[in-house]
Amino acid sequence: MIADLMISGPEDLFRRVPFAQFLNLRMEMAGNELTTVMPFAPHLIGNPLLPALHGGTIGAFLELTATAQLSVFETFEQIPKPVNVSVQYLRSGKPIDTYARARINRVGRTIANVEAWAWQELREQPIATLQAHFLIG
Amino acid sequence: MSHAPFREGFDLLVENIPYMKSIGARYAGRSDDGIKLCLPYREDLIGDPATGVIAGGAVTALLDHACGMAVWDELNEYKPIATMDLRIDYMRPAQPQRDLFILAKCYKLTRSVGFVRGFAYDDSLSDPVAAAQAAFIISHPCLKNREAHA
Repeated sequence: MIADLMISGPEDLFRRVPFAQFLNLRMEMAGNELTTVMPFAPHLIGNPLLPALHGGTIGAFLELTATAQLSVFETFEQIPKPVNVSVQYLRSGKPIDTYARARINRVGRTIANVEAWAWQELREQPIATLQAHFLIG
Repeated sequence: MSHAPFREGFDLLVENIPYMKSIGARYAGRSDDGIKLCLPYREDLIGDPATGVIAGGAVTALLDHACGMAVWDELNEYKPIATMDLRIDYMRPAQPQRDLFILAKCYKLTRSVGFVRGFAYDDSLSDPVAAAQAAFIISHPCLKNREAHA
């Protein structure tokens, strides 16, 4: 599909992953600190009555944020593949922009452990957190 | 276990949800094995352009949704629910160009929590793409019935 498979940095990752495009994910780099953004869009709604974002959009956003964080320091021939992810939903996602950051706890030879958290209005009040293991290399 | 009217609207719980509609998810029925959903393959859902494999995040949404519906199926009435915790193991990549299926079953219901197991597969349930373990909070806007679910 795409001949050059090397992923060089988080911007490149979000640009080349169709599903990141589908969610219209954005990012801001401040030095080496990455903050990702999932701009609100009506198709992200999971509960039209509240309304609230679909939990699946938040999970996907956190997973892609964790992947992007991995690509800040490492260059991968293949996109890191999630082995398992665990998402805790803390607050319902309002129909506004969502932000996320991730921290890498360990990068081993085959597995990386990453955690990520998402917030909306107040960073001190995360709406969801994620722990994930990725297969790398 | 035959409260048909409540479950007759289950297709709308997929088709009327904006995010489910936008990824193209479909309700594929229920049985004693659980709630079944289908996600037809689509190129804008790809997570790895090198292989054409669908994004884990797309599978996540489908598992979350199917697990939530499995709680309603077991409750057999509408109550507001919210995902508390969702753990997903990705066992193998989904095959490109193939429809993906989800089967989710609520195996334990307490008054306030529903515990659900779900699987994503393409060819066969015995060779799953992913497995989910989820817990949902069940809200009680009024305490009028279902005292039995202690």
